[in-house]
Amino acid sequence: MKWQDTHITEVLVIGAGLAGERVAVEAASHGHECTILSLVPPRRSHSTAAQGGMQASLGNVAMGYGDNPDVHFEDTVKGSDWGCEQDVARLFVNLAPIAVRQLSYWGVPWTRVVPGKKVLPDGREIEDLPEKEGLIAQRAFGGTAKWRTCYAADGTGHVLQYSMDSMVIKLGVTVHDRMEAVALIHDGEHCYGAVARCLRTGTFRAYLAKATVIATGGYGRIYGTSTNAVINEGTGMAIALDTGVVPLGNMEAVQFHPTGIVPTNILVTEGCRGDGGYLLDKNLHRFMPDYEPVKKELASRDVVSRRMMYHIRQGYGVESPYGPHLWLDIRHLGTEHLYTNLREVCTICGNFLGIDPAKDLIPVVPTQHYSMGGVRTNIDGDAYGLKGLFAAGESACWDLHGFNRLGGNSLAETLVMGMVVGARVADYVKEAVMDFPPTLVSDAVKKQEERVKQLMTAKGTENVYALRKQMEETLLNKVGIFRNEADLKEAVATLSDLYARSQHLKLRSNGLGPNPEVAAALRLPGMLRLALCIATGALNRQESRGSHYREDFPKRDDANWLKRTLAYWRPGADMPDLQYEDITINELPPGDRGYGEATGVTQVGD
Amino acid sequence: MAQRILTFSIFRYNPATPEIKPRMQDFQLDETPNMTVFIALNRLREEQDPSLMFDFVCRAAICGSCAMLINGRPQLACKTLTAELPETITLMPLPVFKLVGDLSVDTGTWFRQMCETTEAWIHTDVKFNPKAEEERMDNAIALDIYEAERCIECGCCIASCATANFRDDFLGAAGLNRVARFLIDPRDQRSPAQVFEVVGTDEGVFGCIGLMACDDLCPMEIPLQTQLALVRRKMMAAALRCQCQK
Repeated sequence: MKWQDTHITEVLVIGAGLAGERVAVEAASHGHECTILSLVPPRRSHSTAAQGGMQASLGNVAMGYGDNPDVHFEDTVKGSDWGCEQDVARLFVNLAPIAVRQLSYWGVPWTRVVPGKKVLPDGREIEDLPEKEGLIAQRAFGGTAKWRTCYAADGTGHVLQYSMDSMVIKLGVTVHDRMEAVALIHDGEHCYGAVARCLRTGTFRAYLAKATVIATGGYGRIYGTSTNAVINEGTGMAIALDTGVVPLGNMEAVQFHPTGIVPTNILVTEGCRGDGGYLLDKNLHRFMPDYEPVKKELASRDVVSRRMMYHIRQGYGVESPYGPHLWLDIRHLGTEHLYTNLREVCTICGNFLGIDPAKDLIPVVPTQHYSMGGVRTNIDGDAYGLKGLFAAGESACWDLHGFNRLGGNSLAETLVMGMVVGARVADYVKEAVMDFPPTLVSDAVKKQEERVKQLMTAKGTENVYALRKQMEETLLNKVGIFRNEADLKEAVATLSDLYARSQHLKLRSNGLGPNPEVAAALRLPGMLRLALCIATGALNRQESRGSHYREDFPKRDDANWLKRTLAYWRPGADMPDLQYEDITINELPPGDRGYGEATGVTQVGD
Repeated sequence: MAQRILTFSIFRYNPATPEIKPRMQDFQLDETPNMTVFIALNRLREEQDPSLMFDFVCRAAICGSCAMLINGRPQLACKTLTAELPETITLMPLPVFKLVGDLSVDTGTWFRQMCETTEAWIHTDVKFNPKAEEERMDNAIALDIYEAERCIECGCCIASCATANFRDDFLGAAGLNRVARFLIDPRDQRSPAQVFEVVGTDEGVFGCIGLMACDDLCPMEIPLQTQLALVRRKMMAAALRCQCQK
């Protein structure tokens, strides 16, 4: 390694999406030096793809009047199927309104209240009052008692990321894009930073910091089909797991979004259903009210996805070369509404399906979308197991979402948790000293350089893309929406075989410079470790909770499973070590969600 | 229609091997239904040449990563259907931006620099009060700001701009649109005269020679011509006011 290339900073943030940038902005505004590493320029981050909005109980619109943090709290806990940390949820709902208003102060063009009488698609008449004119508006999302999702037309994530990044630039935060963290530097007690591979040159470099923050988003792309951006490969979670001492929480909690388009799996926002869209089957029958008479299309995502798959299994899916799907119908919302508040949906439909949603039905199927699990942290964002390591956003398991995240709570989490963790990191680095054991650093870099040398010279036989494809298909087919013991056992066996084979990769290109095959080869073993955490966690958990649905154990089992999975990967192990911890339940005892299998007319899977 | 065999003629250069000069390399691929250039390039990398460099992130035309010259025209590769192209497809990296390798260019550095030059953030003396209700805004203004903020910094307007191709320091349509976005935002307290200091120059709004390829090629269909005109008008007015005061 070249010591002169080493970069020293007080705070090292890995990932430049909303969570990472929000942490950096908070730490920088407390006067600390921050460096962000990112695979791509910050404004390309997957946060920008969130079209729908961000939940905060402002209660400015007619259908939101009377909303407050208590109602938001209850929705979030029910949504999580009592899997979340309730003290975290309480902190979150109290801070969300501040986060939304702060973003407005930083420049986000939130859609505003326009007073007047309106008729909803279902015929109800409402009136937005003149005294609320110009305040931040909210729209409906699934699993919420009130209209609570603040939004900026059809591109909320995009404008949030652009405003956040404008603050990063204003504060002079250093950003190194095309720089991938491939290992954490640690001694089993402290984290000292990370080894990164430059995606411009292919060389390695050490980043040393008092505090290191993982904010790399989800792992969606380890599933064969996902709404996620192609960069969402779970790299941050993987390098935390790789330390052997940092556990990942609830990796079996994987969210499927009801409306990925067929084919291409691109997401169309929950705002479609929030604004009054319907789900139809092959007979053009609106089937959700049959299953969910109260919430209809707006039950939580896990429930709607399951109802859809159940309905398809009953033979009501629309046949297509890409498998059966259902229809999303938003034609009745009208051209003007569609081309203002859901324009992104229109664009996606035009570009990738060649249809106009004002006239045509949209083919949709539930698609892997969000990782509730991640690097387990406490309420301040400190990762379990290593001092000086923190995590925020989707890559973290804070744990706000438990076994199912509500729509609109992920953008909100990135900003609220970013604010909380940023303040905690600022406090931490004020006390911490810069002190790096030099051999630990050079050994960590050498280890990664050796991996590449090994890849370029070894006599391996395995093709990285072939193994990867098998991993994706195994997860999709065996660890999906409906799970059972036989499938999960098979998945664990297949993944474990793939993991062994991933130690014998053979490059088919020369591997020189910013070579993408090397990048893929370096990532694959870590992705397989995540896949094994998901599959073994799902196999062990003999109950159904939120998005984790076991056909052989269809009921939630609070007596035995009101706990969180912690997956460790011990040094040299070939399987994860699963531990369990209690969940903080200090306000709302486990009960009925008010939607889903417990209350529905039809018992799915029963 | 019989299935086509497509020929992709792709620009190749790896800065790690400077002894191998930049060149065009041909690849053959069978076309599948609904194939996009995103699908084609990924198949080429996985099946034929794993060293092939290109950039995709969202693959849904919202992140701006994958702009390249497709048969000479700057556009987003992820939403370009091969069915709309002839059998031979030439792919080149965007001009103006620094080459990373093959089809990959460094747009990040360019756009960060543009944001720094134009100070593309809200300038205000107001302090944020976490206990206060948000400031009110007319929804029509919010939508106007949003319209300008829709830019995804893909670089198509820069790559197709005659001025940007011969002047490194030209802000281009993306830069001037960003200026317009803050000019119309009531939260930003900068006066037009202050903005004039930054963009009332040949590197700024007066460098545009009016060819308007930017407006034709913007994948987000942002009305760049209108935005440029708005900035010009405001800058002209600011300049005249300065003249009168002298």
